[in-house]
Amino acid sequence: MLPEIGHFALILAMLLSALQCFFGIAGPALGRERWQAAVAPAVAGQFAMVTVAIGCLAASFVNFDFSVAYVAQNSNSALPTLYRVSALWGAHEGSLVLWSWILGCWTVAVAMASRKLPASFAARVLGVLGLVSFGFFLFTLATSNPFIRLDPPAPDGRDLNPLLQDPALAIHPPMLYAGYVGFAVAFAFACAAMLEGRLDQTWARWTRPWTTVAWAFLSVGIALGSWWAYYELGWGGYWFWDPVENASFMPWLVGTALIHSLAVTEKRGLFKSWTLLLSILAFSLSLLGTFLVRSGVLVSVHSFAADPARGIFILAFLVVMIGGSLTLYAWRAPLLKSKAGFELTSRESFLLFNNLLLIVATATVFAGTMAPLISDALGLGTLSVGPQYFNPTFLLPMLPLAALAAVGMHASWKKGRVSERKGMLLTTFAMSAVIALAMILGAFGGPMLLTPVGLALGAWIMLSALADPFDRLRRKLKLTPSIIGMSLAHFGLGLFILSITVVETYTAERDVAMAVGDRATVGNFEYRFDKLDPVEGPNYDGVRGEITVLQDGKKIGTLHPEKRQYWVQRSVMTEAGIDMQLTRDVFAALGEDLGARRWSVRAQIRPMINYVWLAAFIMALGGVVAATDRRYRTARESAVEPGTVPSAVTGS
Amino acid sequence: MNRFILPIGAFALLVVVLAIGIQRAPSKSVIPSALLNKPAPEFVLPELGSPDLTFDSKSLAGRWWLLNVWGTWCAECRAEHDMLLAVRASGVAPIIGLNWKDDDAAALEWLAQLGNPYERIAADREGRVAINWGVYGAPETFLVNPAGLVVYKHVGPLTDEVWRREFVSRLPPAAAPAVMPAGTPLASPAS
Repeated sequence: MLPEIGHFALILAMLLSALQCFFGIAGPALGRERWQAAVAPAVAGQFAMVTVAIGCLAASFVNFDFSVAYVAQNSNSALPTLYRVSALWGAHEGSLVLWSWILGCWTVAVAMASRKLPASFAARVLGVLGLVSFGFFLFTLATSNPFIRLDPPAPDGRDLNPLLQDPALAIHPPMLYAGYVGFAVAFAFACAAMLEGRLDQTWARWTRPWTTVAWAFLSVGIALGSWWAYYELGWGGYWFWDPVENASFMPWLVGTALIHSLAVTEKRGLFKSWTLLLSILAFSLSLLGTFLVRSGVLVSVHSFAADPARGIFILAFLVVMIGGSLTLYAWRAPLLKSKAGFELTSRESFLLFNNLLLIVATATVFAGTMAPLISDALGLGTLSVGPQYFNPTFLLPMLPLAALAAVGMHASWKKGRVSERKGMLLTTFAMSAVIALAMILGAFGGPMLLTPVGLALGAWIMLSALADPFDRLRRKLKLTPSIIGMSLAHFGLGLFILSITVVETYTAERDVAMAVGDRATVGNFEYRFDKLDPVEGPNYDGVRGEITVLQDGKKIGTLHPEKRQYWVQRSVMTEAGIDMQLTRDVFAALGEDLGARRWSVRAQIRPMINYVWLAAFIMALGGVVAATDRRYRTARESAVEPGTVPSAVTGS
Repeated sequence: MNRFILPIGAFALLVVVLAIGIQRAPSKSVIPSALLNKPAPEFVLPELGSPDLTFDSKSLAGRWWLLNVWGTWCAECRAEHDMLLAVRASGVAPIIGLNWKDDDAAALEWLAQLGNPYERIAADREGRVAINWGVYGAPETFLVNPAGLVVYKHVGPLTDEVWRREFVSRLPPAAAPAVMPAGTPLASPAS
C-alpha cells in the first residue's frame, strides 16, 4: 500500500509543481494578483507531497519491502539500518526523488524568506523553481519510477552496492545535491530578474546568501566524496579527474566565480550581465553533470545504470532550461549598461581577474571532460584524458589566482589603494616564505620545483586572510559575519593549497608483498605484518590484517586493513587501515592474496592529507558564516544600512 | 547585441555533440577490451574436477573458440546458462569455461544440475588468468579466431540477440567443421 501512496503523492507533486510554475510565471506577466497569490499554496502542497513520496520510499526500504523493484535491487535483509535508509539514494531512481525533495526544501525556504521581496518578483522566482521541479518529477515518473512493484516479490534483495555501504557516502549525495539544487535558486533569481526587467543591484543582494550557502554545501559534498575515495577505494588517492568528479567540480568553480562577481554587482553595480550569465552557467553545469552521469554518454567509475532514453529526456530538459534562460539572456542583457569605472588595483579589478581565471580553469576541466565525447562524436576513436592533462592545465590558472587572492582581499573598491597595505602584504609574504623554507628544510626535505611556490602561496593566503580580522580586533572595530566568513573561507583556501602541496610532494608509497611476520620499509617507517585473522560482519566476511608501524624502532600505530567479501553481490571490498595523526596519515591496504598467506600490501605515508578535507570544510564554514550577515536578513528592499562596513563582502 | 548571443550559440553546439553522444551511447556499455585484435593470453590451468590434468590454451590453435568466464557465485551466469547450452548444441564453436575464483565441488554440482555447455573447463582458483584477460566481472565471453586473436568480448550474460548480432556475424559460415558435434564426450585432456 505504501508504495502506491508514494507513487500517487509523486504524481500530485508533479501537478502542483506545474501549477506553481504556471501561476508564478503567468501571474506577474498578465498582472493577475490572484494567480500570483496561488503560488505559495502550490509550493506548500508540492513540498508536502514530495515529502510523503520520499517518506513512503524510505519506509519501503526500512521495512524490507522486496515487492518494490527498486528496493529489491538496492537493499537486502542483512543490510544495517543506516544503509537501508541511505540505499534510497544508492541508485538512479531514488536519487532523483532525493533531488526533488531537496529542491522542495530549498523552494519552501525561498518562499518563506521572500515575503519581504516584491510579490511579483518572489512569484517569478518560485515559478522558475516550479519549472525545474516539474522537469525532475516528469523525468522520474516517465523514465525512472522507484515505486514499480515486482510480481511475485523478490525473496530477498540484491543488496546495496558494497562500495556505497559507508557513512561518508551515505551523506555525500545529499550534500552534493543540496549544492546543485542551491544553484537552481541562484538560477531562478537570475531568470526572475530578467523576466521582470529588474536588473538593478537589489537582485544581487537577494541572491547572494542563497548562492553562498549552495556553494558551501557543494564544497562539503565534494570533500566527502574525495575523502571516501581515499579510504574506501583502496589505492589511497583522493582525486582522479573522473568525469563524474569533474561534473561536480565545474559547478563549484563557476559557483566560486559567481559568489565573487555577485559581490561586485551588489556593491558597485558592475559586471551585471556577467553575473547573470554565471548564475545561468552554474546551474547549467549542475544539470549537465546530471546528464553526463545518468545518460551513459561518458564511461565513468560511478555506475549509474546507463539508459539512452533517460539521456534523451535530460537533453530535452537541458534545451528547455538552459536554452530558454540563455535566450532570455540574449534578449535582456544588452539593456544593461554599467556606468562606473574602476582602477587597475581596485577590488573590482582583482575580482575581474579572479573570475577570468576561474572560468579558464573551468574551461580546461570542461575540455578534458568533453574531449572523449567530442572525439567519439567526430568518429576519431576512443580517447581517454587523465591526470597528465588535468594536473598541469588546471594548475596554470590556479597559481596566479592564488597570488591574486592573497593581495586582492585587501584591495578597496573603486580606487587602487593596495599600496596602503603594502607593509602588511610584504610582512606576510616574508613570513610565508620563511614558513615554506622551514617546512622544506626542517620537516620534510627534498622538494620539487613547485613545492616552495605552493607552500609559500598557501601560507601567504592564510596569513593575509588573518590580517584583516586581527587588525580590526586590535583597533576594537566590529567583526561582522561577512568579514569573518570571508577570512575563514580564504584561510581555508590557503590551508588547502599548502596541504595539497605537502601531500603531492612528500607522500611515500610502496607496494610490497608481505606474509605474516614480514617487515617492510616505507619512507622512514617500518611496517610489520603481525596478524591475519578472519572477520565477519552483518553482511560480509573476509580477512583482517594487523600491521604495526614503527619509526626508529618505536611503535607509532597499529593498522587494521581489511579485505571484505560481501555475500550477496560477491564483490570484494578493500577497507584501508589508516592511522590518522595530526601531521600525517599512515595507510595500509590489502591488495591481492598472493597465496601461501602472502598478500600484496599498499603502504603509504601521507603527510597533512587530512588538512585537505579540513580546508574544504573551513571554506564551506566561511561561506555559511558569511551568508548569516545581518544585511541579508534585514531591510532587504532598502539600501544597505549605514552601519555596514563597506569592505564587508566576500572578495577575492 | 552580438556578444550576448554567443552563449546560446555555444550551447547549441554542445547540444549537437551531446545528441550524437546519446546515439552512440549504447555501444559504450561494451567496454572496449584492451585485447581486441591482440593475441589471446596463453594459459595452462588444471582441469575442473581433475587437478592432475591440465588444460593448455595452445591446444586450440587453428580453431575458432569461445572463452566463457563463470562461477557458481554469479547469478547472471545462471541466466546465460541455457544460452550456452544452445550454443554448444549448435556446434558452431567450442566453449572453454574459465571457472573463476570458484569451488570445485560447487562447480561440478552446478554442471551436473544444469548441464555442461563446455568442451573443457579450466579452474582459475586465484584469478590470475582472469587478470591477464582483463576480466572484471562474470560472466564475460571472448571470441578467439584461428590465428589466436581476440575478436570480440561481451560483458554480461549472453543472450540470443547478442549471440546472433555480435558472435555469429563474426564467425565464418564454415566454422562448424572445426567443431565436434554437440553431445560428444569431452575431448581427452591434454597431459
